[in-house]
Amino acid sequence: MSILSEQNKMFSVEPARSALLSELWQQQLQHNHISEESIKDLATQHQLSEIEIEGVASFYHFFHRQPAGKHTIYINNSILSELKGYARIKETFERETGAHINSTDPSGTFGLFETPCIGLSDQEPAALIDFYPFTNLNALKVKEIIQKLKQGKTAEEICDTPQDNIRYTPANNRTIFFAPYSQGEAINKLSGLRPDGVIEQLRIAELAGRGGAFFPTWKKWDACRSFKEPLKFIVCNADEGEPGTFKDRVLLNNQPGSVLEGMIIAGYTVGASYGIIYLRGEYRWLVNKLETEIQAFQEKGLLGQHVGGIKDFNFEIRVEVGAGAYVCGEETALLESLEGKRGEPRTKWFYPVEKGYLQLPTVVNNVETFAAVTRLLQMGSFEYLKRGIPGSPGTKLISVAGDCKFPGIYEIEWGMTVAELLDQCGAEDPFFIQVSGPSGESISAKEKYRRISMLDLMAQKDIRCGGSFMIFNSHRDLVHILMNFSEFFKHESCGVCTPCRAGNFIIERKLERLNNGLADMNDLKELKSWGYIMKATSRCGLGKTASNAIIQSLEKFDDYFKARFSATDNSTYRKFDHSSAVEEYEHYKP
Amino acid sequence: MATCTFWIDGKKYEAEEGSNLVDAAKENGVFIPSLCYFKHIDPPLGTCRTCTCKINGRYNPACTESIKEGLKVEVNTPELVDMRKALVEMMFAEGNHFCPACEKSGNCDLQHMGYELKVSTTRFPHLFKDRLIDYMPKRMVMEHNRCIKCRRCVEEVFTSDGKRVFMYINRGNETQVGIDYAQEAKLSESEAENAMKMCPTGAIIVRGKSLSKPFGDRAFDMESSQKHYRHTITDKPKVANFEKKTIATVSLAGCFGCHMSMLDIDTDILDIAELVSFNKSPLTDIKTFTQRCHLGIVEGGCCNTENIETLKKFREMCDILVVMGECAIWGGLPAMRNTIPLGECLEEAYLNSVTSEKGENTVPYHDDLPKILDRVYGCNEIVKVDYTIPGCPPSPNHIWKVVKSLLWGEDYSLLYSEFKYD
Ligand SMILES: Cc1cc2nc3c(=O)[nH]c(=O)nc-3n(C[C@H](O)[C@H](O)[C@H](O)COP(=O)(O)O)c2cc1C
Ligand code: SF4
Ligand code: SF4
Ligand code: SF4
Ligand code: FES
Repeated sequence: MSILSEQNKMFSVEPARSALLSELWQQQLQHNHISEESIKDLATQHQLSEIEIEGVASFYHFFHRQPAGKHTIYINNSILSELKGYARIKETFERETGAHINSTDPSGTFGLFETPCIGLSDQEPAALIDFYPFTNLNALKVKEIIQKLKQGKTAEEICDTPQDNIRYTPANNRTIFFAPYSQGEAINKLSGLRPDGVIEQLRIAELAGRGGAFFPTWKKWDACRSFKEPLKFIVCNADEGEPGTFKDRVLLNNQPGSVLEGMIIAGYTVGASYGIIYLRGEYRWLVNKLETEIQAFQEKGLLGQHVGGIKDFNFEIRVEVGAGAYVCGEETALLESLEGKRGEPRTKWFYPVEKGYLQLPTVVNNVETFAAVTRLLQMGSFEYLKRGIPGSPGTKLISVAGDCKFPGIYEIEWGMTVAELLDQCGAEDPFFIQVSGPSGESISAKEKYRRISMLDLMAQKDIRCGGSFMIFNSHRDLVHILMNFSEFFKHESCGVCTPCRAGNFIIERKLERLNNGLADMNDLKELKSWGYIMKATSRCGLGKTASNAIIQSLEKFDDYFKARFSATDNSTYRKFDHSSAVEEYEHYKP
Repeated sequence: MATCTFWIDGKKYEAEEGSNLVDAAKENGVFIPSLCYFKHIDPPLGTCRTCTCKINGRYNPACTESIKEGLKVEVNTPELVDMRKALVEMMFAEGNHFCPACEKSGNCDLQHMGYELKVSTTRFPHLFKDRLIDYMPKRMVMEHNRCIKCRRCVEEVFTSDGKRVFMYINRGNETQVGIDYAQEAKLSESEAENAMKMCPTGAIIVRGKSLSKPFGDRAFDMESSQKHYRHTITDKPKVANFEKKTIATVSLAGCFGCHMSMLDIDTDILDIAELVSFNKSPLTDIKTFTQRCHLGIVEGGCCNTENIETLKKFREMCDILVVMGECAIWGGLPAMRNTIPLGECLEEAYLNSVTSEKGENTVPYHDDLPKILDRVYGCNEIVKVDYTIPGCPPSPNHIWKVVKSLLWGEDYSLLYSEFKYD
């Protein structure tokens, strides 16, 4: 089955509106865009105004209102791709296809677009063509790919198979995630444990969410369990949009079963019968894998009626595919998106455990969290607690990429130091490290003796890592990195609240000033103070964290900035680029 | 419902449990700015963030908070006051707001909030994003440049068969509010006017209905929503000794409106003439500085290289540099062209206009002519500016109060009605 077929496989309890995203996908995949006609038809079908459909379609950047080519190419423009030669790849694609970036070639055969990180940071430069992955690109390879497509081959036939690149697991069989897995082993323990027992196991193991916020999983499940609605949902957050992060991709590819099983365990524990995996559009090529696994589970009686032989426990899982929107990783935005709406985060009147999907109690957890639950039940908390350090037991998957010899997945035991990790991955001259993605924490190589753990959040002694390490060597231009991040946030902000929608735009303008050599220390001071305003006033995590990298790098790389920018300019004239201001007018010189 | 006690800035207040914090504070005489908050939309929209306070120690919008026993709120700490002001400034920097040319001026919640929070200039760079105005709807015009994406229209305006008329489209900095032409046509006259009224800015305009009230009668012309509105920029002690001072003035890329306003203080101008002598100024027609001046007053921003030279000369020759009016502060009306590439503007004006003949005209260019800049720049982008006087034009009283205060340290306060953007 081709991943390009998009069929409607909604649960019977879901309203028609929830199908909107997949209906839009259908249009996009069939007609390479969402036409005026399609908007009209969908509006009639859903009894909504056309502008409402348009509002949804225009929110997601994989939906196009103009034809996006018979073959639609997305090149990844994340900073890691830039390091590995994005510019040259883009040029080659443009030359070979005859399309300029953000448009199609005159014949409409190729559409060429940029997209932020596609979760293949360990094999950059990478691109998606018709949503199939192409990795480790170089000019020659691009040329061949386009040639083949022109000869009538399909992207499916010629695409790459992304490697898992699991580089490191704890020695002496201490791995948690990559231990041998067999379907249903954890589910078999459920009848013995009962829901109380599961919650107790999670509590003892101090399992905290792996999507970045580290909320104790047992508390979330326990809260959801306390609501008595007959209908509840389990949602697996597989939106993995944070640039530089690809651990969920590897888990889903390597052992989708442990993720499904975690969802089933959650369903059993909180009393839910339906599970939805919200898979980012960039991972569409993983849909087959997931659906095959779901089918295998069904055949084994691990999904469907009386799951695992547990009387009256019914559970079904379906996959929903996102359509290009980082903010949909935020759990309430994700729920909106599932409901067929624009992916705008909700205000925090209610938490999803009380009013989530369709305003019903919902557990949203990250892919890795579900996999960890399965492993925990499988090995038991006694074994589990032997890994990691007191107060921060277990292991963590970290995606490592950038200036290092061995990019890939590192399963570290909590408590490992940054230095050890840098050593393991063959980091070359590390200087600036972005932990947990652009929204995370910026550290300098000087901080390499800090431990990676869930402890000491307040004291900032240890580092809590959500899932990625981006390593930059001392030749990299920090301002350039920050500009890449801010452009990302500018595009990915949902646009609902002022400080994030306007703030990221403003920050980008300011960084341009830095880049053009027009800034002094005063500009840096302003940047920082504007960053704090965004942090304090934004509505959701995106806006609250978008300025993290700027604030922290200004604090930690003082020397770097001092050397490049003059002290506050007290002179009465501002720096002004006279020649660029008159450049356009000079064209009219006779 | 039960009455609860809650705390604002260390003082104890009472309000009904569950009532909205913005309202509860207001009933108790504490002003919390708000823009998107609209009493009956439930849950509140929480989009504009201008009501940000510290609630039980955390930054959160007041409008999405309801009163509970013991709630502790910080409202007027210097940090929070500045933050809320910054958010309003951000909206001015993000949109393209030309108040004097706006139908909503004087009745506009955003503008009003600017007055209340004493925004005299925005600290952020104006983004000058190009947006098309939508003239397609039957009765309405969507002026996207003015929309602050508060979401009121999205949540409140429906046709009688329950369909939305407005909806957000796009994402990120491209987000705007789209209007559904077919649904708009179904609205009754009064429903359409209600949509215009509900919009806190001049983004929704109903043709032929927009200019409802004359100057002076508009909602925000005369009275502040805060009890004690006083705008002071200096607390220097009053000095009796009126030593004679020299002033220079100039109009760069402006319309001379600010200069007209300066002259608009009737016979008081005679008193002023006793106290100051004007050096280089259109008022005296002195073209070049003949001496150093105590004060330079600049109207208009910089649209060409000559403006830049003149402005730099002013900076050099004046002890204190004041810029008056929106054009001088950030570009103002001439900056309407900033959203459009210079080439397009010039060609539209000189080559493709209705009165120009094909192939007959050229874009003027000569070494003796000043060169036109890619966009209009505010004065503070070129030189250091000491003070700004907002308004288009600023009121005469405002201008002279500032001048007197700067030259002789005279203490002053501004009336609410004297601090205006239009
Ligand atoms: C802007 C933004 C993006 C996010 N992206 C993701 C994501 O891609 N994957 C994820 O699991 N969590 C993401 N989160 C965190 C989720 O909101 C949520 O906390 C998480 O899914 C909860 O699962 P956990 O408790 O298992 O971590 C994001 C949060 C924000 C604010
Ligand atoms: S912070 Fe950004 S992403 Fe979050 S609600 Fe505001 S605009 Fe949307
Ligand atoms: S009156 Fe209001 S909407 Fe109109 S330009 Fe001024 S601030 Fe903007
Ligand atoms: S058009 Fe007016 S009411 Fe609608 S979102 Fe914009 S500012 Fe708010
Ligand atoms: S008034 Fe509270 S967020 Fe707008």
